[in-house]
Amino acid sequence: MRLPLIDEHRSDAGCGSGGCGCAGTSGAQPVASRPGMTRRSFLRTTAGATGGLAALAASLSPLRELTGDGFSMQQFLQKHYKEMTESDMNKALDRIRAQVEQRYELRPEIRDIKPLDGVEFVYALNLSRCIGCRKCVHACVAENNQSRDPEMQYIRVIEMPRGTTDIEQGDHHYDRPTVPDESHYYMPVQCHQCANPPCVKVCPVEATWQEADGIVVVDYDWCIGCRYCEAACPYWARRFNFTTPSIPRDKLNLNMSYLSNRPRPKGVMEKCHFCLHRTRQGRMPACLEVCPTGSRKFGNVLDPDSEVREVLRTKRVFVLKEDVGTLPRFFYYFDERDPLRNISVEGAGS
Amino acid sequence: MKDYTTFLFRCFRLSFQGDWRYYLWMLALTMIALVGLNAYAKQFVQGLATTGMTDQVSWGLYIANFTFLVGVAAAAAMMVIPVYIYRHKELHNLVIYGELLAVVAIVMCLLFIVVDMGRPDRAHHLLLRFNFPISILTWDVIALNGYLLLNLHICGYLIYCAYRRRPPSRAFYIPFVFIAIVWAISIHTVTAFLYAGLGGRPFWNSAVIAPRFLASAFAAGPAIIILTLQIIRRATGYLVSDGAIHTLRSIATIALSINMFLLGSELFTEFYTHSAHVVSAQYLFFGLHGHNALVPWIWTAIALNLGALVILFSPWRQRLPLLNLACVAMVVGIWIEKGMGLIVPAFIPSPLGEIVEYTPTRNEILVCLGILAFGALLYTIFVRITIPVLYGELTIDRAYHTDSASGQDRREHQHSGDHQ
Repeated sequence: MRLPLIDEHRSDAGCGSGGCGCAGTSGAQPVASRPGMTRRSFLRTTAGATGGLAALAASLSPLRELTGDGFSMQQFLQKHYKEMTESDMNKALDRIRAQVEQRYELRPEIRDIKPLDGVEFVYALNLSRCIGCRKCVHACVAENNQSRDPEMQYIRVIEMPRGTTDIEQGDHHYDRPTVPDESHYYMPVQCHQCANPPCVKVCPVEATWQEADGIVVVDYDWCIGCRYCEAACPYWARRFNFTTPSIPRDKLNLNMSYLSNRPRPKGVMEKCHFCLHRTRQGRMPACLEVCPTGSRKFGNVLDPDSEVREVLRTKRVFVLKEDVGTLPRFFYYFDERDPLRNISVEGAGS
Repeated sequence: MKDYTTFLFRCFRLSFQGDWRYYLWMLALTMIALVGLNAYAKQFVQGLATTGMTDQVSWGLYIANFTFLVGVAAAAAMMVIPVYIYRHKELHNLVIYGELLAVVAIVMCLLFIVVDMGRPDRAHHLLLRFNFPISILTWDVIALNGYLLLNLHICGYLIYCAYRRRPPSRAFYIPFVFIAIVWAISIHTVTAFLYAGLGGRPFWNSAVIAPRFLASAFAAGPAIIILTLQIIRRATGYLVSDGAIHTLRSIATIALSINMFLLGSELFTEFYTHSAHVVSAQYLFFGLHGHNALVPWIWTAIALNLGALVILFSPWRQRLPLLNLACVAMVVGIWIEKGMGLIVPAFIPSPLGEIVEYTPTRNEILVCLGILAFGALLYTIFVRITIPVLYGELTIDRAYHTDSASGQDRREHQHSGDHQ
């Protein structure tokens, strides 16, 4: 392998060599110019340039395997989500539909579902009831078309020893024949849809933002994959597609939406979006529906009669890492009704 | 305009001229750069799964090198300040090599960012939807590109003036020199704020990060320049006075001392308080629950930095071989401190307390080496062009002849040239 090391034999600039195309500038040369290029140096120059180009081509050869996954000219020119008109969005949806059809030979139902007026979603999770069965984890993967190989999960269930709320002491990879274990309690963590989301703040291109109903979404067609949001999240709620996600054809969920569970390309971020393609249409998130113990409560906190509102009012509620100031919309609580509510003690004044 | 294209063309040709050592060096660098390009092509096809990064440790060697090189770029200011603010004579003719180093370091920084991106094909989204001033990353985009342009202008203008054989007009570069000094501080401060601003990462969320970044950069940067200037002196015969080298040495000594002091304050705060925030530092310095991949690295770094400090304060610090040893130790020590010591441990344990260690893959290391080799290649070419131009061996009415370029001639010509 030769590289383009052109030995000019101390020849002057303006040699007219084929390899470098300098003929046009020789006019500016002084009269004391060298004699023209010798045959030998011409051969050397050519061989050097050819060898160099060959080496360059060889080093780029892995690009031949490029499949064009996640890349199309139309998508390249696509505008930011918030700047798209209705017809822009329809075109984008058509493109995604065609891509899914081409890849899976299945026709998806894909829409862009907007937030509802007067709705702010809130999640509440009952730590007294959760048994750590991880059914929510897998229902989420199935619902949201996450990559199966490697498997990506939005929900992480941590097995916590009783007597502490310090998650450093939890076990992420507990593997028991039966759950729950008597000496532990279980704490599922997913995106907290913070009202003050650090991930949104740090994104350099506004590829992630908070919607009117409080859900923090990602535009998979806008994300540049810098992973700054992943570093910023205190709840480890964000996931990156280190390679092209792979989903078996029979596992694909065909009920899709633009900002939630449509298939993602490699190199972009994704995260829990409270199943917005379901919840914005009056259904419950997949993780809630599958929960065998009823530990999960979800609803509109602006609705005074909602179940989540009742939980926030009557249970002992806390949020994870309150000190980082993210104002999560995901609450944990313990089941006991306030045992002190019917007791009153005199002398409570200071 | 035509003159300028001729100039560029002559520079291009000049970069292919040299003796066998030059060819060997350039051939080696080209090969390493191409191997790196090959590794990147693989990554481009398969995604960042070719690296050792995970959802837990989502930044690794690329961002570590990026951070280190931002420091190197900022350190060019450490040569400019003595010359333009304190009117230091001996460094005067050498400033341009510091600025060229800054240009090359920023180019490498930008490359490290590009290879770290999941979707480099969408880089133009930065132009279309720029989250400024909310995202500190957008500040960094402005700071780094602005610094690149400033230094390109200063170097390019001075070299082109020397080529045209006319004195540079002060109005065209002195204001930019002063802007660049402030800008140099800003690039490293903004880069530190990138990390320090994250409340979810207690290891980074500390006010000492930015001062420590600057202190370590102003130690490693001059150390690299000291080594580079000696290589230039040996390879080209360009007159580099020992006085200039020792000025840089004292800058590096002060900066390294401050860096070690700040490290001490950090360690005290972390370990004396011993709050829950100490876990990452615990992992870094002593290991956590049997995981201790970074422990040997950080102690090596501390040993190297302390060793360098001992040399720099010893009575033999004037001896160049010993000084060079200290410089190498400092550069390696600070490189480890920035990478294995600052970027990686902030991710371990994860915000949910999970310990996943990070080991860079072979492919990832090759990409890094490729970028570093490309940077060295670029710097060699810049120096290759700059020296003959500043000596008046390549001017508008005199194309370059290798015959005339002997080190002896240069030493004689040194003070007659009116560059800068």
